[in-house]
Amino acid sequence: MKKHVKTVYIGKQEACGECQTCNQGC
Amino acid sequence: MIHRYRYGGENIVIDVPSGSIHLVDDLAYRLLANDDYHLVTDEIRQDFSAEQIDQAIGELDELKESGLLHSVDQTKQIVDRFPKRSDIKAICLHVAHDCNLRCDYCFASSGDYQGSRELMSLETGQKALKFLCQHSGQRYQLEVDFFGGEPLMNWPVVKQLVAYGRQLEPIYHKKFRFTLTTNGLLLDDEIEDFLHREMSNVVLSIDGRKPTNDRVRKTLNNKSSYDIIVPKFQRFIKGRGDKQYYVRGTFTAHELAFSQDVEHLHQLGFKELSMEPVVAKPGEPYALTEEHLPRLLQEYERLAQTMLEAYNTDDEFRFFHFEIDLAGGPCAVKKAGGCGAGIEYLAITPSGELYPCHQFVGDEQFLLGDLDQGIIYPERRNRFNHLSVFDKPDCQNCWSKYYCSGGCHANAFNFNADLTVPYRLACELERKRVELAIYLAIKKMEVDRATQVS
Repeated sequence: MKKHVKTVYIGKQEACGECQTCNQGC
Repeated sequence: MIHRYRYGGENIVIDVPSGSIHLVDDLAYRLLANDDYHLVTDEIRQDFSAEQIDQAIGELDELKESGLLHSVDQTKQIVDRFPKRSDIKAICLHVAHDCNLRCDYCFASSGDYQGSRELMSLETGQKALKFLCQHSGQRYQLEVDFFGGEPLMNWPVVKQLVAYGRQLEPIYHKKFRFTLTTNGLLLDDEIEDFLHREMSNVVLSIDGRKPTNDRVRKTLNNKSSYDIIVPKFQRFIKGRGDKQYYVRGTFTAHELAFSQDVEHLHQLGFKELSMEPVVAKPGEPYALTEEHLPRLLQEYERLAQTMLEAYNTDDEFRFFHFEIDLAGGPCAVKKAGGCGAGIEYLAITPSGELYPCHQFVGDEQFLLGDLDQGIIYPERRNRFNHLSVFDKPDCQNCWSKYYCSGGCHANAFNFNADLTVPYRLACELERKRVELAIYLAIKKMEVDRATQVS
């Protein structure tokens, strides 16, 4: 159990082109 | 690169490349002031024991080894693995270069885009839909936004184009997502039924409280538009069910207290809200300038607090710029690539001319071609294929680059005469919105957990 840090979201760094176009999610 | 900030009693740390988010205590927060957090200042040694410091550094090391803190940014390498695409997947269809309002700040110059007032013919609209199908490659989901001017001024053509699009879907194996933006003056039962049935999203334009709205959004005979459109919009969303809509306003220097306008719209019963800063050159009486910035940042904070208090209650509402999808957000290519204007997104005028997006329409130096000949100026279009965050010098050291994706190209050009130099005021506002959006996401998680426990 960490005392100084709490991770609330674990991101990852990794083009289907089907997402919406003008925060939106895929 | 990391970004750390304090807000609402929380110490928040974002790992920029991975998007990981951490809450940290004061000791870890102060250690992270230095890129090499192993370099402990005398002030920190005075305030914390050696054991506490070692423990905090150990936890930060663990995060770093897991790729969640000070991670190596591989986004460009990921993006470079994919060839630059030229498929078009969305069009902004200007079915009307005419409008029944005369808004002071309209970037479309009261609807005509500095040209003659004109409606798109059915034939041109059909050509546009076919053009989209034929230039969209393997992409299945296509988007068509009926825009203007005021698109309801060309309503018969809108209806016929939707029907035509549905005919094209099985032929080209595509799916159209139709949307429409309206000032609401012409809404009636027949139009509303059709919009509910066929439009995936409808954007309803109103600026908030009656004095705010009517000062800049005037009818042709200079009367109140608020009194006409509010009842129409209220009726519209009653019939909307669970389909998407946005009530969207613009704030200007005339009324900086935009959080009160958002709250007013919420009180009118609207739950899906958006409020945008006006885009205007300095010198216009309604233009926003750097001196307005402190007040505008306060307004966003006030709005965030109101939203948080309303969360998980019957009064809950959504504000477009505070909606951030941490777990289901966009992929690396989308985050780095931006809005797609000029490449996957084009605006098409009533006469069939092609522009990079609606903001460029009417500026001849950005004319890309037309529906009959296709892209006539490929070199102009190609400029837009080199406007990712990696192509904009100001974005290189900005922590927010993968949230805003480099900002609006049209703003960059209008304010800096350079597509690669973002508009600074918009950057400042965007950074604040992202900070608050992340804060709200954290607090909502806490509320959700507490609700589950109880």
